[in-house]
Amino acid sequence: MKAALTRALLHQAAKVVLFLLCLGPLAWLVYGAFTNQLGANPAEALIRRLGDWTLRGLWLTLAITPLRELAGLAALARFRRMLGVFSFSYATLHLLAYGWLDQGLDLAVIATDIAKRPFILMGFTAWVLMLPLFATSLNKAIKALGAKRWQTLHKAVYVIAVIALMHFIWMRAGKHNFAEPAVYGVILAALLGWRVYRRLRTK
Amino acid sequence: MLIKVPALHEPPASEITPRRVYLNRRTALAGLGLAAASPLVLSQAAPGGGKLPKLPGTHSAVPGAMVMDKITSYADATSYNNFYEFGTDKSDPAANAHTLKPRPWTVSIEGECAKPGRYDLDALLKLAPMEERVYRLRCVEGWSMVIPWVGYSLSEIIKKVEPTSKAKYVEFTSLADKAQMPGVRSGVLYWPYVEGLRIDEAMHPLALMAFGMYGEVLPNQNGAPLRLVLPWKYGFKSAKSIVKIRFVEKEPMSSWTKAAQQEYGFYSNVNPNVAHPRWSQATERRIGEDGLFAKKRPTLMFNGYEAQVGQLYAGMDLKRYY
Repeated sequence: MKAALTRALLHQAAKVVLFLLCLGPLAWLVYGAFTNQLGANPAEALIRRLGDWTLRGLWLTLAITPLRELAGLAALARFRRMLGVFSFSYATLHLLAYGWLDQGLDLAVIATDIAKRPFILMGFTAWVLMLPLFATSLNKAIKALGAKRWQTLHKAVYVIAVIALMHFIWMRAGKHNFAEPAVYGVILAALLGWRVYRRLRTK
Repeated sequence: MLIKVPALHEPPASEITPRRVYLNRRTALAGLGLAAASPLVLSQAAPGGGKLPKLPGTHSAVPGAMVMDKITSYADATSYNNFYEFGTDKSDPAANAHTLKPRPWTVSIEGECAKPGRYDLDALLKLAPMEERVYRLRCVEGWSMVIPWVGYSLSEIIKKVEPTSKAKYVEFTSLADKAQMPGVRSGVLYWPYVEGLRIDEAMHPLALMAFGMYGEVLPNQNGAPLRLVLPWKYGFKSAKSIVKIRFVEKEPMSSWTKAAQQEYGFYSNVNPNVAHPRWSQATERRIGEDGLFAKKRPTLMFNGYEAQVGQLYAGMDLKRYY
């Protein structure tokens, strides 16, 4: 069973399949926008769903290492970078959709909005923190930085995930609507908690 | 020669088919149930079904009651709603509100008035002549619609029950029945939903007690069988599915103020100059009209009703009393 799974994960086509899967939500949203299936407020739907998929992408990225170790599937590691890059891509589209569809690409208005509103500031900070991780996602960057430094830098993803979750919680706070953020929170707590546990145990 | 003059709410012939196509099946079913429960209203309903019972009204003569903006499609107005008693997603009310039973219905009128009591919906429907009013609706979230409501001024009810001199405020309570409203099981808000107005605001002729929209009785997801419509305030001030009206001396604590005082004040008048803590209120997106990449339109002071309601707030610091 494990051997078969590993073989599938190591297959040449596996990355192509994952790439297409990652494109799926975007394709669905674009299709929905063109066929008028995003409800009465398509702009809001686009912005929110791109945000949802950013969080999901980040959480999946963070799930790779625990899954790899718990299931003994070392081959999973080869997908982590692609998931990370897709999270960043969805985050960028989310930011662009907000800036364009909600703020009409008015940079002055966007700057005021970011400075004035904590939940927007949170989201923007998370995106800015993702930039260096995206910029150093190629093997060349790992070589240039040295594996150790590269790894330290990429630990920022934990901070990014927490800030992104706060952005989501804060967005929903005004409406006291915490059901969804709670689900994301519990999963993130498990993903980060597992790392803390492993660290304490190996000490 | 017979010339048919279309009522304001009637869409051009070219738009009729899409509306029927879009019409929510559950709304239709709920309407049939409502019609079955009420032979009187059924007799006015158009044959063929698939629509709610008719509730006609004459064009209102109240100043400001007939805006000229393009009316939002019925499909959008009945599928994109905030009605937390049926769930927090804007698609939830349309999906879940079929469980609401808008008949029989009574409204309890209490507190500082000479004629308190329980008023049956049928009595309220006959209390004053029905008027059609086309109002802008501005949600606190930054979107807006234009809805042709059917009802009469809330002041008609207030005058009937003769408030005492102690009646400084009016408090409105919405139904909170777990059996009919699945959202009430969640702790999103303190139930029942409570809203309030100063008595002079409540007496303003633009403050509408609505029983219908688009020439028909209210769909469940829009607050059947009766709701407030206060066009110069953010939408959440207009309590839906009202079961109690109480005259009180002290300012009532509305549900949203209780939930987040710094975000939702008692007055909550539409005001482009006072930002919500999490977003600007300077602009809005008109649902169904402004394209995906169109700039949002500027929000008007008191939602464009300043000429009519501005004097209610003369001398008040609207930044403080938001």
